[in-house]
Formats: sequence, C-alpha cells, structure tokens
Amino acid sequence: MSTEALYQELILEHNRKPRNFREMTDADRKIEGRNPLCGDSLTLWVKLENDAIADVSFKGQGCAISKASASLMTAAVKGKTRAEAEDLFERFHRLVTGTLPESEHQSLGSLRALGGVSRFPLRVKCASLAWHALHTALGSNETEVSTEREGPESPPLEGA
Amino acid sequence: MTKTHLVGRADFPLLEANPDLHYLDSAATSQKPQVVLDAMMHYYTHDNANPHRGAYALSARATERYHQARERIAAFVGVRDSSRLIFTRGTTESLNLVAAAWGRANLGAGDEIVITGLEHHANFVPWQQLANERKAALRICRLTADGRIDLDHMASLVGARTKVIAFAHVSNALGTINPVAELCAIARRVGAIAVCDGAQAAPHLPLDIDALDVDFYAFSGHKMLGPMGCGVLVGRRALLEVMSPYQTGGDMIEYVGDDRSTWNVLPHKFEAGTPNVGDAVGLAAACEYLSRVGMSKVREHEQAITAIATGRLCALPDVRVYGPPPADRSGVVSFTVGDIHPHDLATILDEVGVCVRAGHHCAQPLMRRLNVPATARASFYIYNTVADVDALVAGVEHARDVFG
Repeated sequence: MSTEALYQELILEHNRKPRNFREMTDADRKIEGRNPLCGDSLTLWVKLENDAIADVSFKGQGCAISKASASLMTAAVKGKTRAEAEDLFERFHRLVTGTLPESEHQSLGSLRALGGVSRFPLRVKCASLAWHALHTALGSNETEVSTEREGPESPPLEGA
Repeated sequence: MTKTHLVGRADFPLLEANPDLHYLDSAATSQKPQVVLDAMMHYYTHDNANPHRGAYALSARATERYHQARERIAAFVGVRDSSRLIFTRGTTESLNLVAAAWGRANLGAGDEIVITGLEHHANFVPWQQLANERKAALRICRLTADGRIDLDHMASLVGARTKVIAFAHVSNALGTINPVAELCAIARRVGAIAVCDGAQAAPHLPLDIDALDVDFYAFSGHKMLGPMGCGVLVGRRALLEVMSPYQTGGDMIEYVGDDRSTWNVLPHKFEAGTPNVGDAVGLAAACEYLSRVGMSKVREHEQAITAIATGRLCALPDVRVYGPPPADRSGVVSFTVGDIHPHDLATILDEVGVCVRAGHHCAQPLMRRLNVPATARASFYIYNTVADVDALVAGVEHARDVFG
C-alpha cells in the first residue's frame, strides 16, 4: 500500500497553502469541528445568501489530509446551494470510503485527489472532519461537531 | 548488546510471522511471547473450572492456579503479602477503584487532590471527577521544561487539606521516570495517601513495591507481555481493610442477609464475580519470562537503544524530542518533525513497516503544557534492536522528503 496515492501533489500543496484559511467576521454560521481521537480541530465559517453558500472559510490544526480536505472543500462548495453541497458531501463520503463507482469520480473535480484515503481506513475521519462541520452548519443551529458522533467510519485510533 | 536482541524475536509468534515489522508501540501494548500463550492454553485445556466454588478436584486446581498466579506476580513486583494484590481489568480500573472506594469515603468539600501535568487520562479523569463530585479542589503540579514533575511546586501545592497525591511512576507520553520515593515522602509529610500509576514502570524497571512506601500502586498486564484485560492494584493493607467494596456480587461476600451483607477477606473483597483466572495465569507466565531475562537487563537494553534512537533522531534537521535525557527516561521517545503532523508521519512510517503511536497519547493536559496538538511516539521493549531504530530513522527521512 503506497502512501504516494494518499499524499498526492495536490494534497501536499493544499496542506502547505490552504485556501480560504481565514476567520470570517460576518459569518452566519460558525462551527467547531473536532476529532477527539487524534486531537485535530477546526473552525468553519459559513456565509449564506438565500439558499446558497456565499462564502466559506476555516482555520485550525490537523494533519495534511484534514487540512487539505478542508481547503479543497471550501473551494468546491463556494457558490453551491445547500442541496448541491449536501449531494457533494454524500458523493465525497462514498469516494473516501471506497464505495463510489469509478464512473462517478470525474464528477468530484479536484476532490478526487482524496480518493487515496479509501485505502487508509484510519484516515477517513481526517478527510471528512470539515465536511461533517459543513453538514452541521447547513442543517442546524448547533455550534459543535465531533467525528465521534458521526457513526462508525473507522476504528478508534487511541490506546494508552 | 543493542546490536542483537535481548530476547529472541522467535519467542514472539507475531514478530516471528512478520519479519519486516518494526513494532515500536510497546508503551501502548506489548507483543506476547509463546510461553504466555502456552500457559493460558494449558490452563484452559487442563485446569479450567470456576475457582472458589466447586467441591471437586478440577475447581480446586483452578483455585490453586489462580492463587499461584497471584503469588508469582506479587513476588515479581516486590510484594510479600500477596493478599494485598488485587486483580483488576487493568491500570484504569485499578485507579478508578481507588478513586471510588477510597476517595468517596475520605474526601469532602474543601479537600484537595494533587495530580501532575503529565498524567495519562486514567490517572487524571477519575480524580477530576471525584473532585467535582465531592466539591474538592483538584491541583495540578507543574512540569519542568524537560518534562519532569516540578518537586518544588509539588511541595508548595500540598497542605493540610491534601488527601491524595496521584502521579505516574513513568510518563507514558514522555518516558520520564519520576522520583516515587520523594513524592511519597511529600505525601507522608501532609498525611495524604500516595497513589502511583505504574503502567509504564512495571514492564520496564526493576520494581520493589514494598520498598516504595506507596499507598496504592496500579499496573496493567498487557504492557508487560501478558494478556489484555488483566491488571493489578496493590494497596496498603490497613487502607484496603477499612475500604468499602468497589463492586459487589459473587465471590466478594462472606454472608448475604436479606437486608445486609458482610464481605470476604482480602483480596477477594475487591474481586467481585468469577475471577479472570486464564489471564492471571498468562500474566504470571509473563512475569516469569521477564524474571528469566532479568529486569536490570531489560532496563539496560532499553536505555541503550533509547539513547541511540534519541541521538540519531536529534541529528536530523527539524526533529524535536520531548522529555528528559535517556538516563532519566524509559524506552519512550516522543518527537515531532518540523511541520509534519504526527498522523501523516505515522502513516508514512507504517508504509515501511514501522509502527509508532501518533496523537495525544491519552494525555491531553500534557500536550497542552507542551504546547503541541500531538506528537509521534516510538517506544522500545526487549525485542527491539538497532535495526528498528535504523528503520525508524530512514522512515522519518523519507517523510521529510515527501513533505519537503
């Protein structure tokens, strides 16, 4: 299992220079996302106009996968309606868990770069942290989301 | 000595079956030697019955195996009175037992519990919760820059209201070996009990619990070549005698009336339900294996290999190793590599067969004090050699290339 498939150039580049990596003062929603198993955390800001995502940004600390995934997500969902963003999340989730047919990969654009995650089940949570935060931001008035409340995607990471 | 194995890799079926595996996560759990697996298999194939119950020879044999296991483990860790050695599921349960059974009866509003900033969550959260429940104060002792307990601060934190001082013998995240005798002396001076988390000490250091003068000492079997799900609490007899049970049910009672019950003698008072004989037998076999190797040799081997690993990692650009120098630490090397997140590092190391732990090591309060979200941790044991260090260092260099 080669890590080259995981750490593609696009991932490394977004990790080095994450897009939309900034606070937002006039956001409609602000969500804290946490992965308690590994200590990764991010804050996601969303500005809505009518039913569309007018602006989205994030800050936080985490591994290359979580940071690049958050960066790619912000670029992908800006301008999308809630329904379009949720649909993208659904397909993205199937991509990183290895259940999206090859024929549909094309439709994900640059998000495809995270396809390698499907061969590293322990890293699925890293890739989906920002998406869970977005999902929460779009769906409710909650202000926190934890990967541990989002169903069993991968076995826990921590022992003693 | 580090050129060769202290013990044969062939003694460990999992390592033997995976010759390219560099297992550097023994602080999380150790691999198991064949003799431990054999001892457990032998128990289940020859001696298995519910102990302390049946009026038949097989049950008597199971009882005898259980008793023998307790005696052997007690002798290994320097406890002469084996009835003060209680079997638990592990260190976590041992510490929860103390916090619940001793703590609830002895702590009131305004009392103080003192712990340290380097504790594993198992020796942190039970005290935090106890303090909240009893309206007691939780004080957290500062650490020095190189990750030791600041003894001056500890001495200044304790006072007449201090009821408990709880601390790790060896830090799971940094490997710091703490001065147990001095910490116990501080506790003694103010009339507090001293509770020691020995999960990372019992597998790696020569241990004489009787000589330590601690009130409670906890450790786990699975980190010292034994099976998962079996650990130990050693308590001071005078305290155990007056404590209420932690759990109630079968085996721990003397007489059960309709309205009240009386308790069995030590250690059974704290071992409710059918005992875990098979795992106790496995842990006893692990202690015997370690005795044959010699705990001084274990310590010597780990210290040598840790010094080499620390030296070689520190020689790489951007590598930062946390904690005290190898002379004062066990076989744990906690480190970061520039901006590379420890999880990415661990994934890349995994590709070359090197298993390290990445994350907060169940010590989030410590990570906050170190001001890092996570570290990578390589931990060594008796089956590791310099070849494992070579693989680790090569893997770290590879990660630096990938993330250039």
